[in-house]
Amino acid sequence: MMSKIKSFDELKRVQESLKAGRDPKKPCITVCVGTGCLAYGTQKLVDNFREELAARNLGDKIDFRTTGCHGFCERGPMVIISPEKIFYQRVGLADAGEIIDKTLLKGEIIERLLYVDGATGEKIVHEDDVPFYKKQTRLVFGLNSKVDPESLEDYLAIDGYSALGKALTGMTPEEIIQEVIKANLRGRGGGGFPAGWKWDSTRKAKGEPKYIVCNADEGDPGAYMDRSLLEGNPHLVLEGMIIGAYAIGSSEGYIYVRNEYPLAVKNIHIAIEQAREAGLLGKNILGSGFSFDVKINRGGGAFVCGESSALFASLEGRAGEPRAKYVHATDRGLYDKPTNLNNVETWANVPFIINRGADWYASIGTDNSKGTKIFSLVGKISNTGLVEVPMGTTLREIVFEIGGGIPDGRTFKAIQTGGPSGGCIPEKYLDLPVDFDELTKIGSMMGSGGLIVMDDRNCMVDVAKYFTNFLVNESCGKCVPCREGVRRMRDILVDVADGKGQEGDVELLEQISAAVIDGSLCALGNSAPNPVLSTIRHFRDEYREHIQEKRCPAGVCKALITYSVDPDTCTGCTVCAKVCPTGAASGERKKVHTIDQAKCTKCGACREGCKFDAIIVR
Amino acid sequence: MEDTVKEIIAQYRGDRSYLVPILQDVQKALNYLPKDALFAVSAQLSVPISRIYEVVTFYKAFSLKPKGRYQLSLCMGTACHVRGAELIAGNISDILGIKEGDTTADLEFSFETVGCLGACALGPILVVNGEYHGHMNIAKSTKILKKLRKKGATDDEQD
Amino acid sequence: MINLTIDNKKIEAEAGQTILEVARENGIVIPTLCSNESLEPSGACRLCVVEIKHGKRTRVVTSCLYTVAEGLTVDTKSERVMAVRRLVLQLLLARCPESVQLQEMAQEMGIGPEPRFTPDSDHSKCILCRMCVRTCEKVVGVSAIGFSYRGTEKNVCTPFQEDSVNCIGCGACAYVCPSGHIEMEATETGDQRKIWGRTFKMQACKVCGRYFAPEDQLAYISATTGVPAADLAVCVSCR
Repeated sequence: MMSKIKSFDELKRVQESLKAGRDPKKPCITVCVGTGCLAYGTQKLVDNFREELAARNLGDKIDFRTTGCHGFCERGPMVIISPEKIFYQRVGLADAGEIIDKTLLKGEIIERLLYVDGATGEKIVHEDDVPFYKKQTRLVFGLNSKVDPESLEDYLAIDGYSALGKALTGMTPEEIIQEVIKANLRGRGGGGFPAGWKWDSTRKAKGEPKYIVCNADEGDPGAYMDRSLLEGNPHLVLEGMIIGAYAIGSSEGYIYVRNEYPLAVKNIHIAIEQAREAGLLGKNILGSGFSFDVKINRGGGAFVCGESSALFASLEGRAGEPRAKYVHATDRGLYDKPTNLNNVETWANVPFIINRGADWYASIGTDNSKGTKIFSLVGKISNTGLVEVPMGTTLREIVFEIGGGIPDGRTFKAIQTGGPSGGCIPEKYLDLPVDFDELTKIGSMMGSGGLIVMDDRNCMVDVAKYFTNFLVNESCGKCVPCREGVRRMRDILVDVADGKGQEGDVELLEQISAAVIDGSLCALGNSAPNPVLSTIRHFRDEYREHIQEKRCPAGVCKALITYSVDPDTCTGCTVCAKVCPTGAASGERKKVHTIDQAKCTKCGACREGCKFDAIIVR
Repeated sequence: MEDTVKEIIAQYRGDRSYLVPILQDVQKALNYLPKDALFAVSAQLSVPISRIYEVVTFYKAFSLKPKGRYQLSLCMGTACHVRGAELIAGNISDILGIKEGDTTADLEFSFETVGCLGACALGPILVVNGEYHGHMNIAKSTKILKKLRKKGATDDEQD
Repeated sequence: MINLTIDNKKIEAEAGQTILEVARENGIVIPTLCSNESLEPSGACRLCVVEIKHGKRTRVVTSCLYTVAEGLTVDTKSERVMAVRRLVLQLLLARCPESVQLQEMAQEMGIGPEPRFTPDSDHSKCILCRMCVRTCEKVVGVSAIGFSYRGTEKNVCTPFQEDSVNCIGCGACAYVCPSGHIEMEATETGDQRKIWGRTFKMQACKVCGRYFAPEDQLAYISATTGVPAADLAVCVSCR
């Protein structure tokens, strides 16, 4: 437990003494224990390392650290050996002893744990040389691999809370706001509203108390950068919030976090306790006279609560229904008081701007979108993971250079950006730079940073149906266009996917969309038609094929496809017959199998099981 | 039950803005939200029961019915969807004979689909009582259900 | 005073007034389904949308919530506005095909049902305008009814769909319901009233003998105002 730090000078001394106590040359084993890696069972690996180190009496000679998400989730469990930064991936849970004996004690590299570059076939030893990392600018997210999220000392040892010290002792609130305005920090949650202007409005608004809120209700399916930041480096987010609170003149803050993120909830809890004990949060922070404290509130499982007014309703203990925002939250937000809401990644950017200045920050990115953005690159992609790049990086660079392209020899079809409010982007736009403005021009948006890659086996009608259905389930039900209109759109899409589409359905979808966009109460409804409109815009033919020709070229929509066995490739291995739950697939060993269409439920088990790609779906 | 509610509310100092987390904790302690518990929350926080019923039914995380011994949550995030999560959901529903969101009559299984769990690299993901099972497919889900069914039966015998 | 233009008509309004209020004062009709003078606006039905122009920007806003501003230009019947209204009514007609009130309103506006929307059968006549719930909470103060679930599953009900312990049988919800969904039945003699599945005993006026209010409601008024129950047992006309 750390005693209270009473001034910026004392903070500097604590940081220095922590750094002095750490030998950068001392060997250190770092294991990623973000949610993704934990799901691989990494906790066992961590236990093994601790036991093996203890058994060899190496506890003093070798440091061991668990950290939050490094981003390369595809390759977990991951182990980094410092100071060389040797990168081991897909590490077996029982490999701990071998890694200690060979790599740490003898300096040998374990070949089988190295990453193999898919393009060149080359084995890569060091983390920085892995193409997935090499092309990134891991400004905000990079710190994750340097700190144990449960250790304030770790964060202080990388000069954590220096920005807070600098802000409290050397800058007026107005100067901080001007710096954030000059840096042109825009909201990372999807809206892209300039954070500095929002801070300024909240500061100038009449009414006390003023609240600041951290939106960690990351609801976009396929996006998890906020969770990984909160989980992996909670003090960074907290530091950003405290600086913001000082600039805005707020003494009370909330973190609204999804209950589905238990590790993030736990780590931010720990961080808040530590910061309070160390005098970095609570009364008289760093002896400056400024006081601010934070409460955590867990969401109940409602996507709409990512919308600010719904989030406030939920924080007040009510159902998460939005209200019309003709009065801004900066004037009347939580409990009708001036409230400044920013998302996790936005807050996490703040310490960098204060530490290194607006000019430096604004040198990264494009004209109107500054800094970096963290994306979650998922779906049909070789390197699933979290990727941080400067704004303006093209989709092609992200998908093919960092993401390693499409796996299983399939071809790229579309990339879905912006979550349920965004759209699907076809191949021809892959060279567009990704920032707040460019993707909007082609009917999608950058949004909070989910990038879902789809290949030729993904159907665009199905994707539109998926998102629309998601929104039907997540609509709060308050206003008519969203509650009833989006549901009618879903019904039409279900018809189209079921082969019951009618002539004129596409036009009707467009017509309903226009009125839903104009007529809905909140942003959820206003943007709900985007997935439908963007797939119509870029994949109109696929709709036509479903409606007029009654076929699904991607082989997804069950009513329009049949499963059959390719007699030329079937080896008669009997796997399909074994896995088929209805007995539709059958045949004798070593003879071509068949599928009885009358019994087939198109569950997909045979295609999944067939090792010879002999199941044809048409 | 009343004491459980009292204790939980005390942790939040009776602050009704914590209604959602309070209900989450009550559900965690009691496995679901029994009607009596909700009336107790209503009385102790002085929040009308109609408001509490509204909140409980609005948020997906709450259940008014007891949950099964094995709680299955299948991630339906986009990454899992494009990798075939829907086919797995169909398989689980078929085997258990219940719809998503329901519990089997013998209280062995509850099956729900959830929004993105943020472990997209492992998608599709099935979570069984908090334990993640990644790279799920139809055959694997069938196997897991069989195993759980057997485990449940042996556990009962031992009781 | 604020100067604005609604449908090409120059109008003066007071600061803080909504577009809907100003339009109504000036004889300009904007249709609504969830607006009631005794309740704060909620913006749920979306029928009252109008298109505004402020500076160069044009957008569709909810007139019941949007407050007037100097130099504002409002079009209450633009193409975009009518497209929203048409969709809203078609959606509600499909949701509540039996509501005579909705049919009449659609007819007046020259809007017919959308054939591609299969009519629902499970919502009766409730359009979720929220007036009953708001009245019960804000005007009556008992919160006997509320919403349950969300999205397409959302409905108005008593907690757990059971007899509400809080309901006082006042019938204010049925009175404000614009689509005829909430039913209130009285016995022939008027000695009992049934609403939300519960039967309420009515108080007979100590003077004229007419049944005039549920006993529970009078008890509630007595408890909240401190007026002795005996004093309330006389109907308004005999007081």
